Amino acid sequence: MDDTNRRHFLQCMAWAGTGLVWTMSGGVAASLPIEAAEAKGRAAPPVRPFTFVQVSDSHIGFTKDPNPDARATFREAVAKIRAMDVKPAFILHTGDVSQLSRPDEFDDADQILSEAGLPTFHVPGEHDMLDDGQGKAFLDRYGKGSLGDGWYAFDHDGVHFIALVNVKDLKAGGMGHFGPDQLAWLRKDLAGRPSSQPIVLFTHIPLWTIYADWGWGTDDSAQALAMLRRFGSVTVLNGHIHQVMQKVEGNVTFHTAASTAFPQPAPGTAQAPGPLKVPAGRLRSLLGIREISILGGGPPPSIAESTLG
Amino acid sequence: MTRFLLAALAGTFTFAAASAPAQPAPAAVIVKIGNFTFGPQALTVAAGTTVTWVNQDDIPHTVVSTDGGKSFRSKVLDTGDRFSFTFARPGSFGYFCSIHPHMVGKVVVKPR
Repeated sequence: MDDTNRRHFLQCMAWAGTGLVWTMSGGVAASLPIEAAEAKGRAAPPVRPFTFVQVSDSHIGFTKDPNPDARATFREAVAKIRAMDVKPAFILHTGDVSQLSRPDEFDDADQILSEAGLPTFHVPGEHDMLDDGQGKAFLDRYGKGSLGDGWYAFDHDGVHFIALVNVKDLKAGGMGHFGPDQLAWLRKDLAGRPSSQPIVLFTHIPLWTIYADWGWGTDDSAQALAMLRRFGSVTVLNGHIHQVMQKVEGNVTFHTAASTAFPQPAPGTAQAPGPLKVPAGRLRSLLGIREISILGGGPPPSIAESTLG
Repeated sequence: MTRFLLAALAGTFTFAAASAPAQPAPAAVIVKIGNFTFGPQALTVAAGTTVTWVNQDDIPHTVVSTDGGKSFRSKVLDTGDRFSFTFARPGSFGYFCSIHPHMVGKVVVKPR
């Protein structure tokens, strides 16, 4: 084997290797024959590469230590999106748009986010449910075309996006909560969908229990995750805990995002959750946005965190 | 019967209790909200007592009865905000913060 041939051979192998990864993460009917049979006759639409952005926990209206102006840091986050090399297809905001669900807070958040000039998709955080209508203000503003308490799904270039609400009607002593109606809708939404179609699920509170004592989890998430198990690539994006954490469980990767307003303590490292007081010079290194790139074919998305300073 | 009605009214309306000379209103009771907890978490008071919650956290909280907010439900309490409720009838009243539901508390109301 001369050098040229060897290089060619290695290139071929690399390609084959990529193909193998694709097969494994693409859902592969072989290991899951029953569920795959549901999707018989439905081929997954082609996945074309694109990039989108996640922002979270902007808490517009927050003015306390360590961030006297959450509007300013949100504007810096949006400026970062505008400066990206690759123009993102859209922005997902994973909740706590506002601090107290006040109209002026939502107005300012909208105005700042609109500076990105991109379509935006929202799910509410618990801070967006504080109006007298317990979430009506959020739903009136962002919930057009959504169902129930604001859940919905859409497709983009072969990827299926699912927006879930886990901050409505929370129960005493519990954590985040989807409720039976939303779970029934999710089951219907996923039924018959090819297992090889990549799924991106976004919601506010984490789906895996990060720290129960602080309510950092979702009570009935196991039911949702059971429905997603047969899919080859599931990416779960959330906010709420104001810090970047990741976990991989089978074909599901969980990513909790930084806030654009203030950090919170690592689980269990303080008496309570809440704004972590850090020196002004350090604040922006703990705030940020997330860039998610969908790759062609089917490997899990590539995730890049980027801080405000 | 008249006495019973008066007592019930006094328990329901703080103003009525203040102006009724027969029975002095029970002292005000404060529950502090701090570090994502209610303090004291469990409280025993006499019927007719007004309980006031004060949010001392730098994060908003709420006070909502566990019967789905039927007995009492505060608006959102930002830092320093207060919410008061007068417990007219005896009974056990569980409550929680509807934003941070792991925060729970209880008020036990004894007959006067």
